[in-house]
Amino acid sequence: MRAPVRDWQAFTTPKPNGGAHMDLAVEGITCAACMSTIEHGLSGLPGVANARLNLTTHRLAVDWEPGRVDADAVVQRLEDLGYRAHPFDPARRTAEEAAEERGLYRAMGVAGFAAMNVMLLSVSVWAGNVTDIEPATRDLFHWISALISIPAVAYAGRPFFGSALRALRHFRTNMDVPISIGIWLTLGLSLFQTMRSAEHAYFDSVLMLLFFLLVGRTLDNGMRRRTRGVAENVAALRAITAVKCLPDGSLREVPLSRVDPGDLVLVRPGEHVSVDGVVKDGTSEIDQSLVTGETDLVATTPGDRVYAGTLNVSGSLKVQVTAATEGTLLEEVNRLLENAAQAKSRYMRLADCAARLYAPVVHSAAILTFLGWYLSGRLPGAEALIVAVSVLIITCPCALALAIPVVQVVASGLMFSKGVLIHSGDAIERLAAADTIVFDKTGTLTLAEPVLLDFATVDRTLLKRAGRLAGASHHPLGRALADVAHAEAPPDGAREIAGFGIEAEVDGRLERLGSAEFCGVDQTVVDDLLSRHPRASLVAYAPGDQAPVLFAFRQGLRVDAAVTCTRLKKMGYALEILSGDRVEAVSSVARELGIATWSAALRPADKIARLEALKAAGSRVLMVGDGLNDAPALAAAHVSLSPVTAVHLAQAAADAVFLGDRLAPVADALAIARRSHAAMIENLSISVVYNLIAVPIAIAGLVTPLLAALAMSGSSVIVTLNALRLKLK
Amino acid sequence: MDVLIYLIPIALSLGFLGLMAFLWTLKTGQYDDIEGAKWRVLSDDDLPKRGGGA
Repeated sequence: MRAPVRDWQAFTTPKPNGGAHMDLAVEGITCAACMSTIEHGLSGLPGVANARLNLTTHRLAVDWEPGRVDADAVVQRLEDLGYRAHPFDPARRTAEEAAEERGLYRAMGVAGFAAMNVMLLSVSVWAGNVTDIEPATRDLFHWISALISIPAVAYAGRPFFGSALRALRHFRTNMDVPISIGIWLTLGLSLFQTMRSAEHAYFDSVLMLLFFLLVGRTLDNGMRRRTRGVAENVAALRAITAVKCLPDGSLREVPLSRVDPGDLVLVRPGEHVSVDGVVKDGTSEIDQSLVTGETDLVATTPGDRVYAGTLNVSGSLKVQVTAATEGTLLEEVNRLLENAAQAKSRYMRLADCAARLYAPVVHSAAILTFLGWYLSGRLPGAEALIVAVSVLIITCPCALALAIPVVQVVASGLMFSKGVLIHSGDAIERLAAADTIVFDKTGTLTLAEPVLLDFATVDRTLLKRAGRLAGASHHPLGRALADVAHAEAPPDGAREIAGFGIEAEVDGRLERLGSAEFCGVDQTVVDDLLSRHPRASLVAYAPGDQAPVLFAFRQGLRVDAAVTCTRLKKMGYALEILSGDRVEAVSSVARELGIATWSAALRPADKIARLEALKAAGSRVLMVGDGLNDAPALAAAHVSLSPVTAVHLAQAAADAVFLGDRLAPVADALAIARRSHAAMIENLSISVVYNLIAVPIAIAGLVTPLLAALAMSGSSVIVTLNALRLKLK
Repeated sequence: MDVLIYLIPIALSLGFLGLMAFLWTLKTGQYDDIEGAKWRVLSDDDLPKRGGGA
């Protein structure tokens, strides 16, 4: 069969000036030298206008003139230089997010500029107030401050005002509501004070508050962008493409967004099925473990349904893409997923909880202050109002508003370094609250790739030779064998015989690799091995000059699964396995890991039912799973993690994704989350203590702008430093 | 204190210049790749090629 041509042209986007543009995730970048190698190498191609590698994200942007050079030449040159390029699906890029981020940076710049200039004027006024400033000069300074502050606040405050308005419109309150009220009241008060030539105005406090909050928000955004960038690169490396069979018989590899229902797609052996559809031509076996958790292969013939995320094991299939999948597993999963996601959105974030308590307390304190001063007749109305607003200024939601986001930024940075990519900041709080961990088995506790059994007793020379031949195979067991043998390049002229195995002429001998029968292994030897390793998958190798040998493979546990489970139990978590696989397979894994509670042969709805039961019993469940069948459970659980090898739907449903072949990131994430949660509570306590000290001073009417500025920056710096303490351990 | 009439506009315009510079760096995407920027300084790709040089 001819290899399909990857249609790189389908991944390019035309530019308004007639040029072409392509974004690629590049694999194999190790150091800064790669940057100039790649950029130089590509610029050397005629017609390439610009090639720029982003060393932070490992992405390459190339522009060229169509006609003089094409996408295939660019990718070929990269390959010659020793780098593999993976296309970014242009349909998945969102210009909206980039614009939002730019807006945030711009707001921060404007707030910073305004805060610095107003502070310059304010310090002069403070100094002048204790020496000999003339009232006219002070007024001039205040008016200039007002002229800078009003437009700056109106522009830079938009991220907060927008969010506050949205919350109020839905009769909810969040942290942005008291922030917005505080900002506008302080600004109004300062303007009022300026108009009546008063001594004190608080323009610097408003702008400083805005600037600090915007710095926090920008950091948060940057962290999230970094995490998302890595997740997207991982997705691109897994190449979400499909090989489309065109009516003229040619094959083109295209991005999934260019595949429509009704199209015919070719799935070669060893490839993941990237679409849902019906088999039109070809027979094969399908590994559905990612979808159902079942590790046995399923024979597939024309007319059968296949799902995205499953692995095609033995033969080539032509699949017709379907759009509607009524009455299928996928539809059931989607329906459960929707219900589960709705239930989860009711979770109340810690920050919003704090805002809900904070806003009424502070606002009523301000009102009481006004009434107290005014009704007691000690101050006239205007003065009493000023004192009341100064209460709002000094309680500055600054420390409170930074208390949680700043911890989230530090914590997601820490998790990132441990290989855990968090989708949302509040996942950290929910992760910290978990007390029960429910694992899926296949792909979560076990690895996606099978491992060789009896490795110690295997003949190394034979393994090396078998591995070399296996390198030419598409079969997952063949690939596993080649991996474990660290095989050299496969021999030339290897022939794959569908359904049996592979054979090649090596040094004049005919070597065979494949089924026991194909290699002439005696049935008694097979039975003997299977009795020692029930449920193992066998690969036979006939070296040609010796008796054939058997290699037994089984889905292996992640290397550190047992250690991590012990560690988790020591941390006080209850562990449980919910699997779609068979009873024997699940029970042996559970025994090996020392997990007493397990259930097997579950359907997606059963998993949810079990989670609901746990929830009803008062447990907060962390679900760790990777399959399509886990997706609803991932969404229904209090918090969820999924390995990076998971199907797309499961990754989207989970709160975080962990990278690598080890299970340790799960325990690391939980440990970091617990510490972060403690830091959040500490920060909230610091804010409360600060307010307990500051509010009486404000109520007494003793607050000056200098005091407000010191208190505001002081409290913000303290909560930030406390969050950074997380990094020390 | 008449000198303030000159000094304040000067101070403000200097600050404004800084803001413009920041917005310009933002617009030209100079924060997109903070990791790469520090290495680009060391790259001598932009020097004219000399005969015999590597």
